[in-house]
Amino acid sequence: MKNRSLLILCALSVLLSLASTTVVSAGEYHVGCIFSITGKASWLGEPERNTAEMIAKKINEAGGINGNKLVLHVEDDQGDNTQAVNAANKLIKKDKVCAIIGPSTSATSMAIIKIVDEAKIPLLSCAGAAVIVEPVAERKWVFKTPQKDSDCVKRIYDHMKSKGLKDIGIITTTTGFGGAGREQLKKIAAEYGINLVADETYDPTATDMTAQLMKIKNAGAQAVVNWSIEPAQSIVPQNMKQLKMTIPLYQSHGFGNLKYVEAAGEAAEGIIFPAGRLLAVDTVPADHPQKKVLADYRDEYEKNNKDKVSTFGGHAYDALNILANALKKVGDDPAKLRDEIEKTEFVGTAGVFKFSATDHCGLDKTAFEMLTVKNGKFVVLGQ
Amino acid sequence: MKIKDYVGIGIVMAAVAVAPKLVGNEYYLGVLIFAALNCLTCTGLCLLMGYAGQISIGHGAFIAVGAYTSAVLTTKLGWSPWTAMGCGVILAAGIAVFMGLPTMRLKGHYLAMATLGFASIIHIVAVAAVDVTGGPSGITGIPRLQLFGFVLNSDTRNFYFYWGIVVAGLLLAVNLIHSRVGRGLQAIHGSEDAAASLGVNIAVDKIKVLVLSAVYASISGSLYAHYVLFIDPGPFDVMHSVLLVTMVAVGGLHNIWGAFSGALLLSLLPEGLSFLSEYLQTFDIRYRTDYDTLIYGGILLLIMLFLPEGLFEGLSRLLKTVFSLRRKWGGGLARHAE
Amino acid sequence: MTSSSFSDILQFFFMGLQRGCIYALAAMGFNMIYNATGIINFAQGEFVVLGGLMMVTLTMAVKLPIPLAFLSTTVFVTLVGIAMERFTINPVKHPTVLRLIIITIAVSIIIKGLAMCFWGKNSHFMRHFSSTETLDFYGATILPQTLWIIGILLLIVAGYIYFFNYTMTGKCMRACAINRDAARLAGINDRKMVMLSFALSAGIGAIAGIIITPIIQMDYARGALLGIKGFGAAVLGGLGNSMGAIIAGVFIGILEALAAGYISSHYMDAIALIILMLVLFVRPSGIFGSSEAMRLKEF
Repeated sequence: MKNRSLLILCALSVLLSLASTTVVSAGEYHVGCIFSITGKASWLGEPERNTAEMIAKKINEAGGINGNKLVLHVEDDQGDNTQAVNAANKLIKKDKVCAIIGPSTSATSMAIIKIVDEAKIPLLSCAGAAVIVEPVAERKWVFKTPQKDSDCVKRIYDHMKSKGLKDIGIITTTTGFGGAGREQLKKIAAEYGINLVADETYDPTATDMTAQLMKIKNAGAQAVVNWSIEPAQSIVPQNMKQLKMTIPLYQSHGFGNLKYVEAAGEAAEGIIFPAGRLLAVDTVPADHPQKKVLADYRDEYEKNNKDKVSTFGGHAYDALNILANALKKVGDDPAKLRDEIEKTEFVGTAGVFKFSATDHCGLDKTAFEMLTVKNGKFVVLGQ
Repeated sequence: MKIKDYVGIGIVMAAVAVAPKLVGNEYYLGVLIFAALNCLTCTGLCLLMGYAGQISIGHGAFIAVGAYTSAVLTTKLGWSPWTAMGCGVILAAGIAVFMGLPTMRLKGHYLAMATLGFASIIHIVAVAAVDVTGGPSGITGIPRLQLFGFVLNSDTRNFYFYWGIVVAGLLLAVNLIHSRVGRGLQAIHGSEDAAASLGVNIAVDKIKVLVLSAVYASISGSLYAHYVLFIDPGPFDVMHSVLLVTMVAVGGLHNIWGAFSGALLLSLLPEGLSFLSEYLQTFDIRYRTDYDTLIYGGILLLIMLFLPEGLFEGLSRLLKTVFSLRRKWGGGLARHAE
Repeated sequence: MTSSSFSDILQFFFMGLQRGCIYALAAMGFNMIYNATGIINFAQGEFVVLGGLMMVTLTMAVKLPIPLAFLSTTVFVTLVGIAMERFTINPVKHPTVLRLIIITIAVSIIIKGLAMCFWGKNSHFMRHFSSTETLDFYGATILPQTLWIIGILLLIVAGYIYFFNYTMTGKCMRACAINRDAARLAGINDRKMVMLSFALSAGIGAIAGIIITPIIQMDYARGALLGIKGFGAAVLGGLGNSMGAIIAGVFIGILEALAAGYISSHYMDAIALIILMLVLFVRPSGIFGSSEAMRLKEF
């Protein structure tokens, strides 16, 4: 009996004594990062972490921000809401960070909004769904750097309209990204006079979508929109090829990884999708304002890391640079930082940001360029 | 045995009372709140696994039922969180009866498969029934709990309340174990045939325990929803159910306190690992969270290989051996001095 | 019935067949180990992942010809299976079913972690075994890779039947599965049979991984879901009954495809699961399982 109680006491006291306080010393700016480095969305978190660490190193090697060292506290949320909440609490209450970058996915971002809101710490999310920053009145402390899914939908519908496509089928994944995209696709369709003749979904771990595509084909769709950020999306073009479907395939900006093209092989040829210009740096005209930023980031990332540049790392690049600029101007007071970020104009990898009190994404549909796949590479689609 | 359990509960209560003073940082209270939820679910799961001898690999689904019922009823219909929580409990209990009726007659893999299937179905419904559950985008704007006009809006308040519920859950479980039903259950675990011949109504008792453990899980789900204030299907997948089973097994499934300590330990393990990584960083050793999975698996494997009754029993046995050795040694010294 | 709806059904059937073959192979792996030890091996899905990832490395990076890569991958994963049995299952002195199951969960977590460290987090793809040009078949289309999958499954089934009915070792394994104590009394080394069952089940898992990777790509985290589907097939077919598992696996695959095609893709997995559970309500021992045999097993 004694042993048992002793044991519980030991266990509890050990865990309770874990408490330690971090002293925030002057001359250091503490910034928190929450990325899905392992787990369900690790292919997003990995380039984001690599990018954030790369930039922080570069800033510190150049003498820091106004002489202050930039200290990153990187937490891994494993793509799990509970871990994300823990990570946000830890960064805010223990590490006393002045701002948080991330999380990587829409779901984990939504899970911590309440926490940053109550702690009054600015959050720069790296996830796509528009609901993260809308309605702005309830998202005072939340910003995001990826383009909005609603703008992506608009670009796709613009393009369809110009090609005279009206009846379309959509196929989306059952994740936060796919779910939010599906809502936007359905919501905006009427505005553009687009008619959704089929609405299918697939699990991010699905292996075959021929059944869904058959339904789209039989419904008489003139085009397909595939909305996903998971690797499984590259199976869709392969299945379409298998079913001899020749109608155009549109993808979301979640297709922004050359690996997906490689995986889909020949079937990827001719896919049309809106994306930031990062993926097609070489075909962006030299006088474009983003050209230099894009080329520099790509070269630097590919020099420091083994994998190819992806838009996901770019979102972390934008977020950390926007934050660094604000830190340079107003120091590390969270409230001042928030106000400064809200005024920021910044040329980033995702587009030319212009934040305002009514827009916490700062990008509009011009941030997207319609890209297509040609000979296994992303190129800007000629009008 | 009974007194031991009450001492245990007393110690937990004492620890809960002083914890917020000891931990210093509110952040750790947040971690302990999630630990409380796991402890609650695992206490219920332990009743099912350890005492009724049934494996459920779908307990995450009951958590989901509680969480979603609370979230949907409070946000869409504006019900009070308490009524919603009650509805969750009733729903979870109903599903448990429905599942238990045909399954409990049988042993082994059948309930495992049925619970697993049920968990997958609940997950799919949570994802696909967008109009009700919000689909993959989840449900936001879940209200906080209020207790007599007292809003649970800080981690300290939540901590006390949530751990209060865990203590209540432990009390109930301990009482159940020592009741007639509990003794009957232990008899089932020993030998079903013998128990049946002694007049234990196996099927009914098993269903009762399944229902009770579902209720524990459902309450923990509701509490989760009211703490995080946002839910999506993510936390309720099958892998979470498997994690719950491992928590119970690591602690030791033949003892409520085993399951309790297993849940506590594995909930705090990620914290311990991040502590370790910070510690290593002070020596300039670069530790990446990528290795967490490996360490977690390794710990699980070692415990299962070397402490088969679970961490709790294993460690108490170890302590006992150490104590008895010391007594022997101490006694020897004393004699020598004479 | 119009010809177009016939070709639709045929198309769904092919899709289901392809899924089903993988479930069937995973279920066979479960059964091997279940028969020898009475436990469910949660690391089964991880064998599939290891097979797929190793194959990708050998064909895409090392550039081995496919048959050679196929062979070396299978050998590699088989060795992993043997190592798993030797280091984690064999040393357990007083095995209980639950304890062994948790050990397999721990091993699956470790394998997953190692796979993540070695192969990274991205999804890996590899070329199809032969061309990717689809073949027409009464209005429906089929990929040559699907034919490979079906062919290899049939080969494995043939090998399985031969091994368990016409070889001494196979017969010994069957004896152990039926009654371990009696088999031991008859002089069969039951510990060795357990090791063999892990080797075989890992090998089958590896082959499953190898043949699907060209179609579905592979990443380190896929194991759990493949395992769950395989487990469902194994239970539906009657745990321990490998022929039942194959039929049940293919059945679940086709059911899913038809559900996706004719009812709703949102609920396709749920529909398959509900039917699976309904079948179990009526016949708890699975379609082909014997309730007599089930009563003898602990789990």
